[in-house]
Amino acid sequence: MRALCWHGKQDIRCDTVPDPKIEHPRDAIIKVTSCAICGSDLHLYDNFMPGMENGDIMGHETMGIVEEVGSEVTNLKKGDRVVIPFTIFCGECDQCRRGNFSVCERSNRNKSLADKVFGHTTAGLFGYTHLTGGYPGGQAEYLRVPFADKTHIKVPLGVPDETLLFLSDIFPTGWQAAVQCDIQPDDTVAIWGCGPVGQFAIRSALLLGAKQVIAIDRVPERLAMAEAGGATTIDFSKDSVVERLNELTRGKGPEKCIDAVGMEAHATATIDSMYDRAKQAVMLETDRPHVLREMMYVCRPAGVLSIPGVYGGLLDKVPFGMAMNKGLTFRMGQTHVNRWTDDLLRRIEMGQIDPSFVITHTVGLQDGPNMYKTFRDKLDGCIKVVLKP
Amino acid sequence: MSRTRGSNQALALAQGLGWFSIALGVAEVLAPHRVTRATGLHGHERLVSSYGVREIVTGIGLLTAKDPTPWVWGRVGGDALDLGTLAAGVAGPQRERSGVAFLMTLGIAALDVACALALRRPLPAAMASFRRRSGLPKPPGAMRGAASDFVVPADFRTPEALRPLNEKAG
Ligand SMILES: NC(=O)c1ccc[n+]([C@@H]2O[C@H](COP(=O)([O-])OP(=O)(O)OC[C@H]3O[C@@H](n4cnc5c(N)ncnc54)[C@H](O)[C@@H]3O)[C@@H](O)[C@H]2O)c1
Ligand SMILES: [Zn+2]
Ligand SMILES: [Zn+2]
Repeated sequence: MRALCWHGKQDIRCDTVPDPKIEHPRDAIIKVTSCAICGSDLHLYDNFMPGMENGDIMGHETMGIVEEVGSEVTNLKKGDRVVIPFTIFCGECDQCRRGNFSVCERSNRNKSLADKVFGHTTAGLFGYTHLTGGYPGGQAEYLRVPFADKTHIKVPLGVPDETLLFLSDIFPTGWQAAVQCDIQPDDTVAIWGCGPVGQFAIRSALLLGAKQVIAIDRVPERLAMAEAGGATTIDFSKDSVVERLNELTRGKGPEKCIDAVGMEAHATATIDSMYDRAKQAVMLETDRPHVLREMMYVCRPAGVLSIPGVYGGLLDKVPFGMAMNKGLTFRMGQTHVNRWTDDLLRRIEMGQIDPSFVITHTVGLQDGPNMYKTFRDKLDGCIKVVLKP
Repeated sequence: MSRTRGSNQALALAQGLGWFSIALGVAEVLAPHRVTRATGLHGHERLVSSYGVREIVTGIGLLTAKDPTPWVWGRVGGDALDLGTLAAGVAGPQRERSGVAFLMTLGIAALDVACALALRRPLPAAMASFRRRSGLPKPPGAMRGAASDFVVPADFRTPEALRPLNEKAG
């Protein structure tokens, strides 16, 4: 089959690789009908996440038709239509029973490595680093799904792929980001980053009843899309984020802040972000926590910082004393996708939201490598890419 | 469509053009005779110093504006004026000097156009299409709280002591 494979920094190729096979009785094989490129894939593309190996298959936002199931998968059959969550989970361990699927204790097949690096393992993820199991991803014609009896979302026929695909990651991720804020009717929610995750966080915060949603980015079309979702916008390349946020909250700061940017925050003309760039260049620091610092500074005391943005390793010059003294609450993590998807699928079917609004590009798998660049550099108005294998 | 890596270089070029505008403008204002001599426009000193004022204003605009794009297009317009004036010079007695100046201005005009294009933003039509991508069935204002039937799970609730006082009202 054909698949998009990682070959090093900014080197993704559409290769021919062996078809996946059932390896375990709880596996299923999916024929992929649609998959997408995620902002998290860009961290791998730019080689900021450790633990990738030459030839790894990319992709963790996938849907398709069940092709084959292992002997222990009794709740799926050939021909079922499924969306595959990016977090692989067993459904039985202590964490899964609590709904903390992204920290499933059993789905990471490189558990001992993860135990060493993270202290304790987290869940296996598709198309991500070997720290999270190194499972082949879904930017391919076929995908092997481990723990498939749990790791799937059954979806109805008759709704287009485009409307359902993002149940795999970015819709529940934006939703969890807003849920982590425990939004109250008087809240101002400030959201850094108007990429796909930020767009869904904006709409989730609105649907959950936030009084005011403020979105921050510098890419004009992403800001326009944020406004369409009901956000007041700040262009950080033109205005001071801290000043504008204080103005919009009568000097008090937003109660809730969401970091939908992560470790590759762009350098604004601030000293701290230039410092990050320099340190990252000489490998003294892995991540650029400019957004985190800004959130800690501007958030109202006793407020909540919700962090769906991905960080990989060490962060420097994080003003932790400020956060401690202000009594901030931090909520973060990879998304517990299946914890939310039944409810979100129902909301899609009720017509509360149609997630396909975010798609700007649809191409074949062979054009995937070019699309990584287009998406990363925000060329051609690109916000979300869907691939059709 | 949007600002890209390449457009950072365009921003640097726009700055360079700003300094160039100011330098040329100052020369045109302070020493119009020298400029007309060099370009074969003898007798047009007042016109040249008025062009100098235009150059200085454009230069300041380029260096201080948050978005230099309109100012770069302003330069392109100014280039057209200069070229027209020099073309008249080519028809005059000092055609060689005017001709050389014409060609140099043409080169600079090409640079200005290239800079303006590199700074290009999404076309208004394209931007309008992003403004329509809400994903919501009704205007955002009408969708606020549409999902308030959602019950935040206990492990996602803010610690009781940190909740705002006015929550009971909501
Ligand atoms: N927690 C999860 O489970 C999960 C799931 C999916 C994605 N993510 C992460 O969420 C983040 C966003 O993903 P995406 O797909 O939207 O990516 P994206 O790269 O398309 O979006 C990031 C946006 O942030 C903007 N940005 C950069 N620097 C900024 C700054 N200083 N201030 C404000 N905005 C800034 C960029 O212009 C861009 O529009 C990534 O880190 C991704 O890895 C997390
Ligand atoms: Zn993702
Ligand atoms: Zn588990």
